[in-house]
Amino acid sequence: MISAQIQTAAYLFAGILFILSLGGLSSQESAKKGVLYGILGMAIAIVSTVLGEGVSGHIYIVTAIAIASVIGIMVSRKVEMTSMPQLVAILHSFVGLAAVLVGYGSYLDPHTHTLIGAAHTIHLVEVFIGVFIGSITFTGSIIAWGKLEGKIMSKPLVYPGRHVVNISLVIISLILTYMFTQAATMEEAMIYLYIVTAIASFIGVMLVMAIGGADMPVVVSMLNSYSGWAASAAGFMLGNDLLIIVGALVGSSGAILSIIMCEAMNRSFLSVIFGGFGSTPVAASTQEVEGEVTDVNHEEVAGMLKESNKVLIIPGYGMAVAKAQYPIKEMVETLEKQGKKVTFGIHPVAGRLPGHMNVLLAEANVSYDIVLEMEEVNDEMEETDLVLVVGANDIVNPSALTDASSPIFGMPVIEAWNSKQVIVMKRSMAVGYAGVQNPLFFKDNTDMLYGDAKASVDKILTFLN
Amino acid sequence: MKVGVPIEVSEQELLVGATPKTVERLIKKQGFEVFIQKGAGLRSKYFDKDYENAGAKILDTIEEIYKTADIILKVQGPTEAEIDMMHKGTVTLSYLWPAQNPELLEKLATKGVNAIAMDAIPRISRAQKMDVLSSMANIAGYRAVIEGANYFGRFLNGQITAAGKINPAKVLVIGAGVAGLASIGTAKSLGAIVRAFDTRKEVAEQIESMGAQFLTVEIEEDGATDSGYSKVMSQAFIDAEMKLFLEQCKEIDIIITTAQIPGRNAPKLILDYHVAALKSGSVIIDLAASTGGNCVLTKDNEVYTTDNGVTIVGKLDTLPNQASQLYGNNLCHLLDDMGKAEKFNINMEDDVVSRAMVTYEGKVNWPPKPLPVSPQKTKTEVAEIEKVKPTEEEIAKGKAKSTAISLAVIGALLLMLGQVAPADFMGHFTVFVLSVFIGWQVIWNVSHSLHTPLMAVTNAISGIIIIGGLLQTKDNLNDPMTIIAFIAILVATINIVGGFLVTHRMLKMFRK
Repeated sequence: MISAQIQTAAYLFAGILFILSLGGLSSQESAKKGVLYGILGMAIAIVSTVLGEGVSGHIYIVTAIAIASVIGIMVSRKVEMTSMPQLVAILHSFVGLAAVLVGYGSYLDPHTHTLIGAAHTIHLVEVFIGVFIGSITFTGSIIAWGKLEGKIMSKPLVYPGRHVVNISLVIISLILTYMFTQAATMEEAMIYLYIVTAIASFIGVMLVMAIGGADMPVVVSMLNSYSGWAASAAGFMLGNDLLIIVGALVGSSGAILSIIMCEAMNRSFLSVIFGGFGSTPVAASTQEVEGEVTDVNHEEVAGMLKESNKVLIIPGYGMAVAKAQYPIKEMVETLEKQGKKVTFGIHPVAGRLPGHMNVLLAEANVSYDIVLEMEEVNDEMEETDLVLVVGANDIVNPSALTDASSPIFGMPVIEAWNSKQVIVMKRSMAVGYAGVQNPLFFKDNTDMLYGDAKASVDKILTFLN
Repeated sequence: MKVGVPIEVSEQELLVGATPKTVERLIKKQGFEVFIQKGAGLRSKYFDKDYENAGAKILDTIEEIYKTADIILKVQGPTEAEIDMMHKGTVTLSYLWPAQNPELLEKLATKGVNAIAMDAIPRISRAQKMDVLSSMANIAGYRAVIEGANYFGRFLNGQITAAGKINPAKVLVIGAGVAGLASIGTAKSLGAIVRAFDTRKEVAEQIESMGAQFLTVEIEEDGATDSGYSKVMSQAFIDAEMKLFLEQCKEIDIIITTAQIPGRNAPKLILDYHVAALKSGSVIIDLAASTGGNCVLTKDNEVYTTDNGVTIVGKLDTLPNQASQLYGNNLCHLLDDMGKAEKFNINMEDDVVSRAMVTYEGKVNWPPKPLPVSPQKTKTEVAEIEKVKPTEEEIAKGKAKSTAISLAVIGALLLMLGQVAPADFMGHFTVFVLSVFIGWQVIWNVSHSLHTPLMAVTNAISGIIIIGGLLQTKDNLNDPMTIIAFIAILVATINIVGGFLVTHRMLKMFRK
């Protein structure tokens, strides 16, 4: 048993460790330390809570933690780096679920009903908000997981008037909040709580269903933010400052990531929060695409690589799908041995998760010194002899800059066409997630190399050696 | 279709209209028959044997060439004697300088020759592959530096040796077109300090991208025109320009001038007092010598040294072997665009062909209507944008105003909250708001490539919700709260353990 003051001190220390943990991620060098701080903070938080006053049922706590740790270790060992987005999404749903359960628990706690006046009302509102956000996070994350895993179609599901429906649902929830605080009996109140759980779960499903697969990075970081706010709400209802602090940290972190993603895709942040932002009806582009598509074979690409001094590789989701990062790494090594300068250009929304490409390249041991950001590679594009686009489409689409009628107009893109020669590795001429034609493929200095990215790179490698 | 390549009549012309490589391309890829006059390639070191191997037939006399061929590939414009040998409908490809040679056009038209002036190919993106001026200018720009270094007789790069320090040479390039930029690149790579001047402000970026310093005058005037060339500047501008050059001349070692205005004599940019200001041993390479020279003292096709020791070069080796290859490629591309041998036709609807075809079916087709080189915002549009855009001051003022308003609103809301909420809540609320601010500040610093690990860590940390479960567990398993709390602890722990381990795995992979 430790005193409340000691516990507060321990919480403060844990809070500081969490802040240092997030701060540590600002650079590659300090990132590992950041994770250690996080683990330490979490351990202190849990131990000091368990040892604190008023905690009982230690046997159940230990059992639950033991079982869950085994599951957690197994999951994290087994998961492949390419399925990282799915894992993160499903873990978010766990936080949402926990928040809902804590909300219910908090309401059932006899202590709740000893409160009177404003304190009682505020507590009930806190419970309601916690359950509401928790439910959205829970179901929203499950849908996101399903879409990323390919179990649910990634096409946005839109029905007319869905904004009206969503807004009315929110208004109904507000009314339910009022009724909940005024409920005469616990049974009556529980009914309202069930209803709002159902409504929030429905909102969570519809929110994510309305969003297309290409916009998943924003959704995942948004859900990350929601899970933080849910934790904060739980902190309020339990009067626990540590929960509030950490929830707020996570909540604002997710929000910032979403803003960064939105800027990268030229979408308004507000429309993301309200969902369905990826659903602008795909207008047929008014600009006719001119020119012919020319294709090349692997040997020719190898020949072009041999003649180039400065090569830029732009990876996209196609690289992740084909797991082409390993042969690409090998190809980069071969080219570097021949004295060529090879760099990677990463678009902020390439892949299905912020920084997705960086993680995959890191997995294949690509030095992060040669992995550059969009602005850096755009500045040097004209001096680049050869650009290899590996399984990317919308992020290299020139109509984002030129065609005001294009749904992706205004989105910053990697300007591959300004280089001397572009090779696009793609499975077919199909359109990307944004559903628009890509004039890049028709440019004079662009050649297409069809096929699975991994198989293609492997073949190029044999010609290179 | 028969293509003929005669010997250039002017003996100074070392280039030839086709090389063995382009001949091969014309025959194999485009389906033409090619006839080469005996010895046509000798001046640029291409031999008849090579042409024959490439599939061409060698004819002995120039008359035979003109009699046989439907299409003539030449470098210099045809002489009167040559025109007499042509027949009606012959298509010629060569330089013609139509603005300077109205009589020549008249003669070609009278004879019914369809003459294409390669120098009149419009400078649009699509026609770049046929732009002989660009490909030749590139060679000239390169060669100018090589010749300059030769006559200069000293190192271009700076060195510190045991025998003493050598200062790098200073090169001034006037006119940053293709030739100017090529000169800048070459001089830079030899280690010289390079400065460049151009009246068109838009090329400043190109100059700096090649590694040279952009010189400019204080007067606001842009020399850019729709055609991509520069226009004639005002007197005030020219005065300022002359003053700038005079100052530069005091320290510059090599001057390369490339300024040309289409259809006129080259502007006089380096005057006698400039030359007088140069140090002995300095070199002026005048790439505009054939149109009168940018330097008043330049003599066309001559290299000489002035009394004060400045070498003025009005004649450049054109690297004929290489230049012929590029020139020939440009001609090939044009023939390719005109439908090759099988579907060869003169399409006057085509922007490129109709502009370059200076005589067609007996009529002179010059000058063409202007064609803008790149789409640019019209002036009115720019003005409108400027009008709508508030000044920075106004923006700052507006910002301050809206900040003040939102602060007042936030303050009022907090006061209202303070009136109803219990003290306990306000304490937590303070913690909450401050934490949001901290989170906001900390996260902006996170590096872009670490966004996925960041998300995994924040995900793991959000498992802190476990505390809620911990606090709610009861001793009695029959209490529904215990069950609920048990599940909450379970999922939260999976999240914590899974999240941290996965992050750890990811970060282990990042390596320098």
